[in-house]
Amino acid sequence: MKLTLISYGIARDILPAHKHALDIEVNTIEDLKTSLCKDYPELKNLQSISFAVNEEYRDDAFILSENDEVVIIPPVAGG
Amino acid sequence: MIEIKILSEPLLVDACSKKVQDPAAGGINIFVGTVRNQTKGKAVLRLEFEAYESMAISEMNKIANTMQEKWDCFHICIHHRVGVLNIQDIAVVIAVSCAHRKASFEACQYAIDTLKQTVPIWKKEIFEDGEEWVSAHP
Repeated sequence: MKLTLISYGIARDILPAHKHALDIEVNTIEDLKTSLCKDYPELKNLQSISFAVNEEYRDDAFILSENDEVVIIPPVAGG
Repeated sequence: MIEIKILSEPLLVDACSKKVQDPAAGGINIFVGTVRNQTKGKAVLRLEFEAYESMAISEMNKIANTMQEKWDCFHICIHHRVGVLNIQDIAVVIAVSCAHRKASFEACQYAIDTLKQTVPIWKKEIFEDGEEWVSAHP
């Protein structure tokens, strides 16, 4: 499945670029998380990792679709 | 009225206060978040904020909608800064008007607490000897 992964904050420092294309065998957010944590083990050291698709937080069971733009959201710290 | 903005120029508290004025309001509550000069005793030189802007606006709108539903707020103005901020600079302003003061305090507290938990904005603390993304690690 082709996905675009967009990262912010510390996730941008860990992943290769702010925005990068993936071609990956995954169905759900959980699959993507597992795969990313394997390829970029530093992600496992974070307090939390959330994911958003279409500007909404999505849970682990969320089913990804071809060409989704997935945003990886490390612990937020606004205010 | 709800006004939500992410800005890269200095935030203006007075402008936010004026935005939420209402003849029926008995109080305007304003929270101003500022950049502190130290964290756990270590001197901070400056902060760098970044936002996933479209989603951050959407999440702040959800917060404002809940404030109106739960506390009958008249008007809500939330401005959040991004970019490089120096010590004492204003990172966020939340202004809310309500008929009575108790609701205004509760709504404002809810807004800043929830903003810190859900809104996709990040900040990096810059120290003399390095830098660190705030809250990133346990």
